[in-house]
Amino acid sequence: MASTTKVPPQRQIAPDLTSDGQGLIASELRGRSRTTAVGVAQNALPAETGIWVAVAAISMSFASLISALIVRQGVAPDWLHFQLPRILYFNTAILLASSITLEISRRAFDHRPDFGREEWRDDEPAARAFPWLCATMALGLFFVLGQVMAWRELAAKGLFLSSSPSSSFFYVLTALHGLHLLGGVAGLAYVLYRLRPSAGLRQGAVLGVASVYWHFMDGLWVFLLVILAART
Amino acid sequence: MSSPEPAVHHHGPPQSFIRKYVFSLDHKVIGKQYYGLALLAVLAGLILSWLMRIHLGWQNAAIPLLGKLSPTGAPGNVMTPDYYLSLMTMHATLMVFFVLTTAPFAAFGNYFLPIQVGAEDMAFPRFNMMSFWVTFVAFVVLILSFFVGDGPPLAGWTSYAPLSSVGGVAGPGQGTGQTLWAASIAIFCIGQLLGSLNFITTTLDLRTKGMSLARMPLSTWGWFVTSVIALLAFAALLPACVLLLLDRTAGTSFFSSAGLVVNDQVLPHSGGSPLLWQHLFWFFGHPEVYIAILPGFGIISSILPAFARKRILSSRAVIGCMVAIGFLSYMVWGHHMFVSGMNPFSAVLFSLPTLIITIPATIMVLLWLGTLYGARMRYTASALFCVGFISVFITGGLSGFFLAQPSLDTYLHATYFVVAHFHFVMALAAMFGIFAGTYFWFPKMFGRMMNETLGKWHFWLTFIGVYCVFMPMHYLGLAGNVRRYAAFTDNYLVPLIPLHRFISISAFVVGAAQFIFFFNLFWSRFWGAKATDNPWEATTLEWSTTSPPPFDNFGGRHLIVYHGPEEYGVESDAHEYVMQTSPEQIKTT
Repeated sequence: MASTTKVPPQRQIAPDLTSDGQGLIASELRGRSRTTAVGVAQNALPAETGIWVAVAAISMSFASLISALIVRQGVAPDWLHFQLPRILYFNTAILLASSITLEISRRAFDHRPDFGREEWRDDEPAARAFPWLCATMALGLFFVLGQVMAWRELAAKGLFLSSSPSSSFFYVLTALHGLHLLGGVAGLAYVLYRLRPSAGLRQGAVLGVASVYWHFMDGLWVFLLVILAART
Repeated sequence: MSSPEPAVHHHGPPQSFIRKYVFSLDHKVIGKQYYGLALLAVLAGLILSWLMRIHLGWQNAAIPLLGKLSPTGAPGNVMTPDYYLSLMTMHATLMVFFVLTTAPFAAFGNYFLPIQVGAEDMAFPRFNMMSFWVTFVAFVVLILSFFVGDGPPLAGWTSYAPLSSVGGVAGPGQGTGQTLWAASIAIFCIGQLLGSLNFITTTLDLRTKGMSLARMPLSTWGWFVTSVIALLAFAALLPACVLLLLDRTAGTSFFSSAGLVVNDQVLPHSGGSPLLWQHLFWFFGHPEVYIAILPGFGIISSILPAFARKRILSSRAVIGCMVAIGFLSYMVWGHHMFVSGMNPFSAVLFSLPTLIITIPATIMVLLWLGTLYGARMRYTASALFCVGFISVFITGGLSGFFLAQPSLDTYLHATYFVVAHFHFVMALAAMFGIFAGTYFWFPKMFGRMMNETLGKWHFWLTFIGVYCVFMPMHYLGLAGNVRRYAAFTDNYLVPLIPLHRFISISAFVVGAAQFIFFFNLFWSRFWGAKATDNPWEATTLEWSTTSPPPFDNFGGRHLIVYHGPEEYGVESDAHEYVMQTSPEQIKTT
């Protein structure tokens, strides 16, 4: 029974591939970690594609929830309209600010303004990005705290999960968004870990990936807020 | 500047038993784990179908041990109608989710997609490992409903509200059982989302040099299109299950209408909409059945040329058809709801794309038939299942034409005609795709050949047997036999019992024949004839490495692809086929 962990001796490989030039070994490909059919070498992370796939899936989830909201509002007269807690708008500002700090962080990492001068070349791009990254995470956590305060405000008014379909959807949508945002905070913590001192340009890619997700969460929240403000 | 790190952080070969066989990051091991899970699920689903068929043929039969499994569901070993519905629900749930989504897509796709595109592993090996174990947890949660609380749910795999959303007051199985069902399916969604993420990213990013999208094998295209559909479909089902769980446990009223009186209790829900559940579920549910069959399309399109020794008539047409089917599958969900009280004009809006979707499906069938025409077929067990696939898919597809029309569906909805249709296209076609793939890829996966004689016995008994089981169901449906009924109480149903007995006996024979397959699988695993690297003389990348492949699939080599996968029956230096990785030019005269 052949074990899948052993590399077999060359002679077991199909004859097509043992002659010269018909299969490149790993050492020849060092420095060219991904090639496409057109032969263009790219050092991109699969996560840079993957994050957009994830964005598509999450968009679909929220789209079905929003269509459920619209349908549910239309089928029965038990939709209780209520004022959205004011703190939500403040939370929105916090989230938008966090997107700004994240962009500053990302650009600080990518752009090294050395203007061609050797002595200005910065070997610590991560150091410039760190504080802004931490600010983003802090603002994200404040957002989630603010959402919890919004829930408490609603509960104080007597609006709970099962009080009315409008409040049900409010809690469900904000909770799911908040959970995804906390996932984003965890992702940023992972980025912090990867952006250790003397990280190369390659490491910056994870910051780009995380910022796609974070900006998407921001945009999604604005969209949810508009829907909730219009409908609840 | 030091040399850049590789794009994908690959893992070294695992050392410990746990890392090698349990929590493995290797897509090949994960693929085999999924296959094992599907085997467990199909065995359970098969036994459940036998229990159902016994009851339908002989309503008062005492089935040994059934009373042990459920004292309330089968007092004195005789099945109650409620328990029949529970068994039916679990049969369908296990088969649709844990067999037909798992085996062709997760199992074969995980094993072969990275190899067929020339990659060392999936793009996100850790997510891949998580996706299997999450799916396994979903399976355990589902099976738990047999043994915990008030038994398994009986609302069908479609779990319609308000029966599924009002909680335990609705009767046996609708308490803990239904909650476990909803939780299981929600967990399953997460597993499949992680899997689809991997498939899509690997296909787009990790193809080796020379492997353009057009040169990808059709099986890879099948998995790729399926993963795009699956990503969006499961993303839609997950929130639906969350809302259902909230209705059941948190007192919300998404799906439970106002003023419901169930078992003499007035329920406190306000104006929820059961139709909303139907829309949400079928928006997932219809793409789901295409998730079940599309990998089969890809597998058949890939395997058939290998045994016909002839290229498929037009691989670009097959790709186009698969993409078209995937796209259209999102526009037809309302055809499951023709009799739900919807506006007849909406019915037309759903009926039209349903009819249109038959066009790419028919084109593919014609392409397969055209590939078979004039070919000197090598009739191995795998090839037989490919041809059988075409047969059952045509039969199942034809009954779909009838159901696609609201006027006819008004009569045929929820009869055995529908049962015949979906069993032909899912239980038979998709299953035959799994069998064809198993017989084809077993040598590669395990380094040993399956027994051909047993394979042929398996095929013929199964092929003839399933026609005996499911063909008469068309007649039953037209005669008015309603589906999901546990009893024959009406004057027009009682004369149909002999036909049900014929179906049941055929089902037992077919079921028994599957044990030839199970035996073949396990015996060949240990004592089958050793397989060479390319026993079928096929062209795709998995056949240019050892059987089974080494840990990183190609022994450290990065392959270059020179051709598409369909170079069969061409003049070449040594053979009448040219492998994708062979640099020789194709002589065109």
